[in-house]
Amino acid sequence: MGIISKFNKAFENRIRLGVMSILMVNDWVEFNRFKELIDDVTDGNLASHLKALEKLEYIVVRKAFIGRKPQTSYAATEAGRQAFNDHLDALEAILRKRD
Amino acid sequence: MKEQNEQLEHLAEIRTMMERSSRFLSLSGLSGISAGIIALAGAFAAYQYMGWEAFSSHEVYETNAMRGGRDYTSFLIADALVVIVLALLSGFYFTWRKAKKKGYQIWTPTARRLAINLLIPLATGGIFCLILIFKYHLVGLVAPATLIFYGLTLLNASKYTLDEIRYLGISEIILGLIATFYIGYGLLFWAIGFGVLHIVYGALMFNKYER
Repeated sequence: MGIISKFNKAFENRIRLGVMSILMVNDWVEFNRFKELIDDVTDGNLASHLKALEKLEYIVVRKAFIGRKPQTSYAATEAGRQAFNDHLDALEAILRKRD
Repeated sequence: MKEQNEQLEHLAEIRTMMERSSRFLSLSGLSGISAGIIALAGAFAAYQYMGWEAFSSHEVYETNAMRGGRDYTSFLIADALVVIVLALLSGFYFTWRKAKKKGYQIWTPTARRLAINLLIPLATGGIFCLILIFKYHLVGLVAPATLIFYGLTLLNASKYTLDEIRYLGISEIILGLIATFYIGYGLLFWAIGFGVLHIVYGALMFNKYER
């Protein structure tokens, strides 16, 4: 099936899907904010999925200091947005086929 | 089939994450109900103090503001301030309770965004009304103006919290415009707009999301 092959493996995981969904509608999101929003995720797990998305260049990282506390924020890149939109189109196509 | 169920779950997850991260969803229907009850109590207190005549006058200006040694304008402002403070406190309480129950944080970026977008039009309306009262003595226009500004505030806020708030906003705007035709009946329109509409809306939201 051609449609299935359009599915982006990068978004198969629930946490990555959550991260990208959040970044589609928010500019810069802090690490801790992801932890609040995504159910049942540990620091290590979240960090490794963020790293994977960063490696794919779907997201970018920004490190800043708020006072003395380091703060890591993330944003989606243009490539990330495009990939996510394609993924949504593929989902839509599958669901349309069912009717 | 299994594949399709999985995709449906994916869609549900995407939707939840987008909503949760961009809208303040902890707002409780009980906040609306309690604010409405407090507003009705405030309107009743004003009615007791001033009687019917003070606000059935068809004058835009403050003709009946002093009667029998009673200063109606000062009483109304004090009454309105007490109502606003109590309504906000009870509103915060029920919303805080809902957030706690659902395990959500309260002071999130979405809450901050909602607060800013509420405060700007609301403060504008408040200042506008104070000018109406103290500079021009156009007391009769205060009730329609507060309802219209409040409605616009809710319409603006609906982008950052439960979407249904827009219907409450539109109702307040329509009520405010009607009230502009019936200057002198401000207290009655206040009771409907801030009392009855809040209670109806709060009950609908509670029924929909919190049962």
